[in-house]
Amino acid sequence: MNKIKSLEDLRKMKQNLEHGMNIREKSNEPESLVQIRVAMATCGIASGARTVMNTLVEKIEKDKIPAVVTQGGCMGYCYAEPTIEVRVPGKDPVVFGYVDTAKAIEIVEKYIVNGELLDGIIPTNYKTINDKN
Amino acid sequence: MAQYKMHLLVCGGTGCRASESEQIVENLKSEIKNLGLENDAQVVTTGCFGFCEKGPIVKVIPDNTFYTQVKKEDCEEIIREHVLKGRKVNRLLYEDPETQKHIEDSKHMGFYQKQMRIALRNCGFIDPENIDEYIARDGYAALGKVISEMTPEAAVELLKKSGLRGRGGGGFPTGLKWEIAAKNKADQKYVVCNADEGDPGAFMDRSILEGDPHSVIEAMAICGYCIGATKGIVYIRAEYPLAIKRLKVAARQARQYGLLGENILGSDFEFDIELRYGAGAFVCGEETALIHSMEGLRGEPTVKPPFPAEKGYLGKPTNVNNVETFANVPAIYLKGPEWYSSIGTERSKGTKVFALAGKINNVGLIEVPMGITLREVIYEIGGGIKDGKKFKAVQTGGPSGGCLTEKHLDTPIDFDNLLAAGSMMGSGGMIVMDEDDCMVSVAKFYLEFTVEESCGKCAPCRVGNKRLHEMLEKITSGKGVPEDIEYLKNLSRVIKDTSLCGLGQTSPNPVLSTIENFYDEYLAHVTERVCPAGSCKALKLYTIIADKCTGCTACVRACPVDAITGEKRQPHVIDAEKCIRCGACYEKCKFTAIHVQ
Repeated sequence: MNKIKSLEDLRKMKQNLEHGMNIREKSNEPESLVQIRVAMATCGIASGARTVMNTLVEKIEKDKIPAVVTQGGCMGYCYAEPTIEVRVPGKDPVVFGYVDTAKAIEIVEKYIVNGELLDGIIPTNYKTINDKN
Repeated sequence: MAQYKMHLLVCGGTGCRASESEQIVENLKSEIKNLGLENDAQVVTTGCFGFCEKGPIVKVIPDNTFYTQVKKEDCEEIIREHVLKGRKVNRLLYEDPETQKHIEDSKHMGFYQKQMRIALRNCGFIDPENIDEYIARDGYAALGKVISEMTPEAAVELLKKSGLRGRGGGGFPTGLKWEIAAKNKADQKYVVCNADEGDPGAFMDRSILEGDPHSVIEAMAICGYCIGATKGIVYIRAEYPLAIKRLKVAARQARQYGLLGENILGSDFEFDIELRYGAGAFVCGEETALIHSMEGLRGEPTVKPPFPAEKGYLGKPTNVNNVETFANVPAIYLKGPEWYSSIGTERSKGTKVFALAGKINNVGLIEVPMGITLREVIYEIGGGIKDGKKFKAVQTGGPSGGCLTEKHLDTPIDFDNLLAAGSMMGSGGMIVMDEDDCMVSVAKFYLEFTVEESCGKCAPCRVGNKRLHEMLEKITSGKGVPEDIEYLKNLSRVIKDTSLCGLGQTSPNPVLSTIENFYDEYLAHVTERVCPAGSCKALKLYTIIADKCTGCTACVRACPVDAITGEKRQPHVIDAEKCIRCGACYEKCKFTAIHVQ
């Protein structure tokens, strides 16, 4: 280990180190962040959800997007795997189907950053027991 | 640091380690390896999460899933279900005691909702044995800021403005303490961290040192810069082996990074720390006794003045602060004194860590803003009284404190209000008592502790506390007379007025406060010879309910002192004079004919 020579060095070091910790910081207030949930059931994994998730994690870290990527169980759209659910604060969650790595990047750049609507949205017509009414 | 998609935080505090949390870490790691997920998930051993009641705790990031009472056998399922497939393991989730629903996310647990974590900001969040994680959370940035951008005077001024008061019990303004030590000129000064946590049921300081040792080291270095000291000493009890180990690891890492030692962060400021072990004597928490113990003398207090800030360790100016006080310091320098003083009440700023214990549902470690009410702490965070029993009192301040009762439930907790209510803040032990607890016995328990821990130097404490204890023993064994209560009160006042140090000056507090709040209970013991809570064995009265007794003679055979007499198939009688209250008859009787009062 090298000695830290100045406050400036310490600050630089912090910036390099905080990447690894970001996920923990973000988990403290998920409500204020974009929440991306990748369906990671057997069918999802088989269609490449793990690669998609890796792409998403790298992308949001690289572009410093205030989002957190979590994994969920089967959402039921086995025909359209890999599927991801994107929950932008203040908006209804949107589910995308047939997401490959290119699509994943497009979703981040266009839907999350610019708020543009994209192809591939699966209309949600179900309710979960977590819904209030 | 590598980029992991999931972090599994496992509590590595003393409590959870006692329930095999180390094995849990091993099992989680090996299962991750089995499934080839090494690049996806990381297992981190952290400090205490505070929810000790339901330990061991495993928290999964980023979805904040809070698994409780995890066993080493559960690890495979957590990895296979949650990490691999994204399905939470429902049976391990915390269950809301009221709604019986599983709560997936620690944010929604009543235990955490009212808390505010400053001193515990990194506990249960970072790996205490990895300095990089501390630095990633702005660690040592406060020290850097102070030594490269502030003069010692300005730094002291900032702390004074924050309103931080000592968390060890006295509540003396920390900034003022630093200022006095800074003004006394000497060739060598010392910064001492008092980690001699001695109150029964208190484990705040231990948890901070185990969960975030760097925050204490950083604050000691800041203090060193402010008062002009190059040496720091942590006085810690030898019975805290894990805290000692983590402190040592932390100090070593800080030295390697040049954050301790000479030329810290390229400046000409020099500071380093060493550890001194205490043998676990309560009186050594008193700062003059602590200093004598460090000097190799007997751990006995001396009269103040001179205060340690003038003549302390080896006769040099010494600043002594408690662990929790130090843990607050870096946060104050980073976020500013205005931020800190905006939290809390008029004269008590910031937060306070409490160790909740006793007859409460959620035993654990909590940090709350000053000014919160006891009701919120006990019912909302603590989850109420165990087994649906009735709340009776809460003891704060340890052996120096007193009892707070139902009428104090809505009093905002701060230094002054607790004193006014006849108790004190103390170091933060909070022991909750229910209707089954006899308050005379509670007072006796604390006196037993003080008698044991009195150093014996001054007579009021050495002899007086012993007499108090004997008197309480007499009352709980049913031999008390009404005059005893007055005697207790008088003696208590004398001890308070004439003792040499804080130990004796406060040790009668549990007696005075229980007499004050539960006078009727004392009276019942000495007049009717009854213990209303039914806990004093000697005051129990066993009688036979004639209607229910069949005269089977089972009790007669069980009684070891032949106190039960009666004809066969006729109701029997217990001779209260002979009865030794052993309860043997009560257990033997098949007809519930024995009545206990």
